[in-house]
Amino acid sequence: MDKWSFGFTMTLVGIGGTFITLGLLILLINIFKRLFPVRSDRGSLK
Amino acid sequence: MFESVVAGLSGLTHGVSFLVTQGLPNVIMLGVGGVLMYLAIRKGVEPLLLLPIGFGCFLVNIPLSEVMDTGGILKFLYDVGISTEIFPLLIFIGIGAMTDFTPLLENPKILLFGAAGQCGIFLTLLLALSLGFSQLEAVCIGIIGACDGPTAIYVTAQFAPQLLGPISVAAYSYMALVPIIQPPIMHALTSPKERVVRMEVPRESTVSDRTRLLFPIVVTLVTGLIAPKGLPLMGTVMLGNFMKESGVVQRLTGASENEIANIVTLFLGLAIGGTMEGHVFLKPETLAIFGLGFVAICVDTVAGVLLGKLMYLLSGGKINPLIGSAGISAYPMAARVVQMMGQRYDKKNYLLMHAMGANTGGQIGSVMAAAVMLSVLKGMGLI
Repeated sequence: MDKWSFGFTMTLVGIGGTFITLGLLILLINIFKRLFPVRSDRGSLK
Repeated sequence: MFESVVAGLSGLTHGVSFLVTQGLPNVIMLGVGGVLMYLAIRKGVEPLLLLPIGFGCFLVNIPLSEVMDTGGILKFLYDVGISTEIFPLLIFIGIGAMTDFTPLLENPKILLFGAAGQCGIFLTLLLALSLGFSQLEAVCIGIIGACDGPTAIYVTAQFAPQLLGPISVAAYSYMALVPIIQPPIMHALTSPKERVVRMEVPRESTVSDRTRLLFPIVVTLVTGLIAPKGLPLMGTVMLGNFMKESGVVQRLTGASENEIANIVTLFLGLAIGGTMEGHVFLKPETLAIFGLGFVAICVDTVAGVLLGKLMYLLSGGKINPLIGSAGISAYPMAARVVQMMGQRYDKKNYLLMHAMGANTGGQIGSVMAAAVMLSVLKGMGLI
């Protein structure tokens, strides 16, 4: 693989992979916030 | 008798004669070590790292020093902690234990700033390739743009150990220079109207203890499935955070963020300093690496602010684009810069909480970007 194919592959997959993974985490955080709202905590932990 | 005295005395003059005859690189690097220690002591520039790095650099450049030879103290520290990648990972446990992800969990979408803040990595990688660095060297140089010292060390120690000294020093130096590098870019890219946007702070937390506790588990699982080569990095950060949020291992949490992190930081700094031997360090590549590192931090900031402007438009003016610049891993310095800049234009504007969220997003983003790169390299069969 020549260096430019390597560079552009790393750039595209790298930026894309990072954005997609963090986007997935945003989705999951929102789901967890709905599943476990603040009031459900009382008396459950700590 | 006389001959043995002369022979003995000559043993005491070897160092000086080496310095005079072929020691110019050592002299220069003794000066560099001195500058690093000066910056740490008098200017407060990342003193926990730059002081031991500076002293390690000083030790290794004293002529005929054997500290980096087999059996030498710095070589031992290097072999034990850096070649094995244990030191950066132990530091990551401490970082996880010190980090509060609540501001990020309050407003999860600002995690995207943590992705935008890594764009400098990839542009720098392309620039490094164009300057003739090999593929793996370019990846390691690009990682300076993660603004994350342990990640840079972890990746470089694996794939370009010959560049460890300049890349580590560049990464830590630019992290410390964030308050100088970022403000002009933030000012240039934002309009007066955008800079004074006030962002709401919720009166009560919307994040439950369960969510905080599950967050490190979910992040480890998801990122580990997507980019398994980066699991040691993300796993150790999240282990530290999980211990903190669990609240049941306060002694381990305390040790991780204090004693272990402090001891490892000392050893890590000394070992990195040991890689800065004059004849190895003083090359044109070192200057190129410092230049590329600067470009990387600038591009990170530009990308973060531009994403901030996009989110300002999409949110109907509710998001201040300045917080985009905090999507890098320099924590909490980048968030403090946003707060300072926000108050420069409106003294009653408090952006700190949102900036902290973006900044912790930057910590996750930087590790994720490195993890993705490692997994892509593995996928390409290059490692």
